[in-house]
Amino acid sequence: MSNVVPILKTQGITMRFGGITAVNNLSIEVNPGEIVALIGPNGAGKTTAFNMITGVYTPTEGRIIYCGKDITGMKPDQITKNGIARTFQNIRLFKKLSVLENILIARHLRLKSDFLSATLRLPQYRMEEKQMREKVDVLINEFGLSKYQHEVASSLPYGVQRRLEIARALATEPSLLLLDEPAAGMNPKETEELTHFIRDIKERYNLTVFLIEHHMELVMEISERIYVLDFGETIAKGTANEIQNNPKVIEAYLGVEEDA
Amino acid sequence: MKKQDKILTIILIAGLFVFILSADLFFDSYIKRVLNLCAIYTILALSMNLINGFTGLFSLGHAGFMAIGAYVVGIFTVPVEMRSMVFYLKPMHPLIANIELPFFAALILGGLLAALVAFLIGAPVLRLRDDYLAIATLGFSEIIRIIITNAQSITNGSLGIKNIPPTANIWWIFGTAFVTIVFIILLISSSYGRAFKAIREDEIAAEAMGINLFNHKVLSFIIGAFFAGIGGGLYGALLGTVDPKNFLFVLTYNFLLIIVLGGMGSVSGTIISAFIVTAGQEWLRFLDEPLSIGSFDIPLFRPGFRMVVFSILLMLIVLFYRNGLMGTKELNWDMLKRIGSKFSFKRPKGGEAK
Repeated sequence: MSNVVPILKTQGITMRFGGITAVNNLSIEVNPGEIVALIGPNGAGKTTAFNMITGVYTPTEGRIIYCGKDITGMKPDQITKNGIARTFQNIRLFKKLSVLENILIARHLRLKSDFLSATLRLPQYRMEEKQMREKVDVLINEFGLSKYQHEVASSLPYGVQRRLEIARALATEPSLLLLDEPAAGMNPKETEELTHFIRDIKERYNLTVFLIEHHMELVMEISERIYVLDFGETIAKGTANEIQNNPKVIEAYLGVEEDA
Repeated sequence: MKKQDKILTIILIAGLFVFILSADLFFDSYIKRVLNLCAIYTILALSMNLINGFTGLFSLGHAGFMAIGAYVVGIFTVPVEMRSMVFYLKPMHPLIANIELPFFAALILGGLLAALVAFLIGAPVLRLRDDYLAIATLGFSEIIRIIITNAQSITNGSLGIKNIPPTANIWWIFGTAFVTIVFIILLISSSYGRAFKAIREDEIAAEAMGINLFNHKVLSFIIGAFFAGIGGGLYGALLGTVDPKNFLFVLTYNFLLIIVLGGMGSVSGTIISAFIVTAGQEWLRFLDEPLSIGSFDIPLFRPGFRMVVFSILLMLIVLFYRNGLMGTKELNWDMLKRIGSKFSFKRPKGGEAK
């Protein structure tokens, strides 16, 4: 049909921990510019799938292809260098460092100077550091973080911490952004704001977004396509409408009536 | 940096220069020696803080790296004609018996060799974390010491190396300490320093931000070991002798005490605390002497008692004041001005009046 090359493609990835199969034979395709969601009840294996894609785990079986390149078994830092950035389910900021430092750290991977020219502040490093700070400045302003920039990350309000985590991920210059439950702990109003926010940054930074989420309003509104996991198996995939009416999905989330 | 602060910093450095000059000219050799020890301990504690406090690697191998630096200086600076006298049990290995290096070259070589050993040790050891890393580095530090003890034709074994020329005067030592401090401050305020701190804060997040954990850990470990080697070289030249027993684990514990007291992750805290602890260990020597009031001997005062003071100090800090003197903060002029205005008198210059 369409000859779009998917930006991310997993070919039957499986993750086994001892005797437990956390994710079984998961095949996902994410096309450039899409927002795709991965949903499922607690313990369905969503975060495990994310951890395989970002290199935290190496899949027991299967391949992960990013932009036509096999990234299976690469380390997380190499994967980030290749252009996949992520956030975490339970925010993982550098708590004791300032907002500015948090984002600057995410630009370290593009630094070319070695440690000696950095320490001795040789001209090349000074130029790089200047550019680094300019880019970070732009991000800080666009994310409305300028009034917090010298504050320690752990002192920020929860919502701002979430925003900072996304800003930090974007500082690595990704083309694919993985969001692990970005709306966790948010009230309906904040969730709605987040929906606009995700759409907005997707357009502005020319991103493809792949997200895990529990808030169904957010998922149904934002995602072009949805994959549903249950006990590690892919039980459904399709558009929001198809998923909402899929009996298997309803069963996974609500249980089967006769059994009650 | 604001202009006023720049001027203050220049005044401070000039003041320190005048202080060292007058110390060199007027102080007696005992005080000079204590000051020198303070500066050497600053180098060693600072390099250990780079590894432990800034990068968050719980390494206890510092005495080993220090020993390497000290021995390289010992081996290569003892004049060739005196070597048969020093190596009287077993002559020096012919390959190195006739090589004599100027002090500076030997010092750098010691640092580089320590860094090389850190690189070789780091490859397997830095895959470990926390207490496992501590145990492994501690083990390697002992291995280094034991190799030194047994490589008699190179190191003179347990006899140690004597007659090291006393090149390391107060200028050498304070000069090196100054260079070390500036280097480490510049390093940790660079992008690499931020990467180190990111690893300390959260390894998983750091890795997800594209920081190669292993390379950066090894880098921090190597730089720390280099300066430990330099500090060791100065130490050997200051004492005039090196001996395997100088480099027991207890030595690493001293540096650990300094950085915990000063603040893991604070340069200025480490400097202040290195001077307090080192000088304190000298001043408290009276606790090691027997003391009697009238005819009554106070039973507590005996050799080793002064170390108890530091142990208690360390316990109190860990229990009640875990961040140490400075935490991860740095002493800067704004902070000094605030403290100054709190006591409502004109703030005197000087960084150590805390």
